[in-house]
Amino acid sequence: MLAVPNASSSNLLTETCHLDPAAAAIELDDVSFAYDRRPVLQGITMKVPPGKIVAIMGGSGCGKTTILRLIGGQIKPHSGKVLVAGQSVPDLEPEALYALRRKCGMLFQFGALFTDMSVFENIAFPMREHTQLPQELIRDLVLMKLHAVGLRGAADLMPAELSGGMARRVALARAIALDPMLVMYDEPFAGLDPISLGVVGQLIRRLNDALGTTSVVVTHDVYESLKIVDYLYFVSEGRIVAQGTPDAVRESKDAFVRQFVDGEADGPVPFHYPAQSYRKDLFADVQ
Amino acid sequence: MSSDVLNGTARILRRLGGAVTGGISRLGFAARFLVAIVWHSPQAFRRFRLTMREIYFSGVLSLVIILLSGLFVGMVLSLQGYETLKRYGADEQLGILVALSLVRELGPVMAGLLFASRAGSAITAEIGLMKTTEQLSAMEMMAVDPLARVIAPRFWGGVISMPLLAALFSAFGIFGGYLVGVRLIGIDNGAFWGQMQAAVDFWPDITDGIIKSLVFGVAVSLIAVFEGYDAKPTAEGVSAATTRTVVISSLAILALDFVMTVFMFRAGNV
Repeated sequence: MLAVPNASSSNLLTETCHLDPAAAAIELDDVSFAYDRRPVLQGITMKVPPGKIVAIMGGSGCGKTTILRLIGGQIKPHSGKVLVAGQSVPDLEPEALYALRRKCGMLFQFGALFTDMSVFENIAFPMREHTQLPQELIRDLVLMKLHAVGLRGAADLMPAELSGGMARRVALARAIALDPMLVMYDEPFAGLDPISLGVVGQLIRRLNDALGTTSVVVTHDVYESLKIVDYLYFVSEGRIVAQGTPDAVRESKDAFVRQFVDGEADGPVPFHYPAQSYRKDLFADVQ
Repeated sequence: MSSDVLNGTARILRRLGGAVTGGISRLGFAARFLVAIVWHSPQAFRRFRLTMREIYFSGVLSLVIILLSGLFVGMVLSLQGYETLKRYGADEQLGILVALSLVRELGPVMAGLLFASRAGSAITAEIGLMKTTEQLSAMEMMAVDPLARVIAPRFWGGVISMPLLAALFSAFGIFGGYLVGVRLIGIDNGAFWGQMQAAVDFWPDITDGIIKSLVFGVAVSLIAVFEGYDAKPTAEGVSAATTRTVVISSLAILALDFVMTVFMFRAGNV
């Protein structure tokens, strides 16, 4: 059984932001975004209720991570609304945006641990940056977070000494260091062995429930996601093509969902990158 | 045929225009970046231990290369200077030649070039890799501004280290000159130091050197942090940024040295 520290965020934060507790944790309304002139997201509408885990699934390069970056305020949508706890993220001034981010945690694809700091210092980092807590208390909190992810014994290791799964768990402990209201996971299962994958998946579920946070998981790992999430959105070519609960997804007859869940090579997502006809390409020299 | 020539010319002009506007835009970005660093500096200075750490990495760890280079440059300068001065019977002026060359020119310039290769490239590579491995993004998402936490301390660490390294370079260079001039060649010890003491003034000789090394420190540190921050987040991107830091810093040092020397001559300082 995992032991999860559940200290109140307000105890830890020196500065608070004004959030609407009744609002959906995250709401995207008709959001479109493009890098230069290349459209990445088109008309994305989704809602993430408080306390739930929602997965955003889709193939590589479909715009999943861009959605997280929009929610985190790292980029602004070209059109549409992005609301986090009732606040319009693109309209926030830098200070308000930073105040909001202090209430959020994010786990990056490969952990993004600070390589010049030990595991302990990595987790203490947000506490030292944003609180005036005494060193003894920070030490206890860090050990509690590490205990929650099963790595209390690795506190003195450097990130380079960790396996991929351990690094992901340390990053998870750092993401929840300030007991956030929202945790975003960018491909938390990528490159993990089956045991680590199961451990990380269970941690996401248990920490979410224990801390009462809301979680958004961007992933392409269908089986692990179906075990732990409350709702799924499928994104393809920048649009939401399907959505539903895990049970609905398992029983879905939708061609895209089936291709994704069954791992078919060809289907609505074509195997071949768009090109001119095969015959034309092969006989181009002859002609 | 003529349309081919026209098209080719247009393509060349387009590329040239693109390169010029790209260069100007990058320069503008670098200027805004410098303003942002200065803006975030008070935040960085409040936790001066971060800057102290960078002074250690940029300054203290560059000491070996700076001191040894200074020693050898001073020894060579003394040897070459003696050969020339001897022709005019002015070999006892060797102390002045060595000291003035080092304090005014060689100290700041050589220390700047070595600093750019040793510390500048390391700063760019470190920041570039932090960007590639999403450490800077992670910091931003933790509501910690990388400009205040990562960039400003590294910038100021370089700016503070550079004049100290240049001073040490000059000091060891003079010592090298002494070893060759007095100990090896046999110039009178009193003449070597006495002439130097009489001819080298704190104002303007040493102050000019300090000003130059400070300017080089700002230039190299800015280029190093900017290139790291602006690096493409790939292995090739970081490698290219590191190379650019060394090349641009070296050219900037030599160009700035010329401009400052002209101004210092005009001001009658030299």
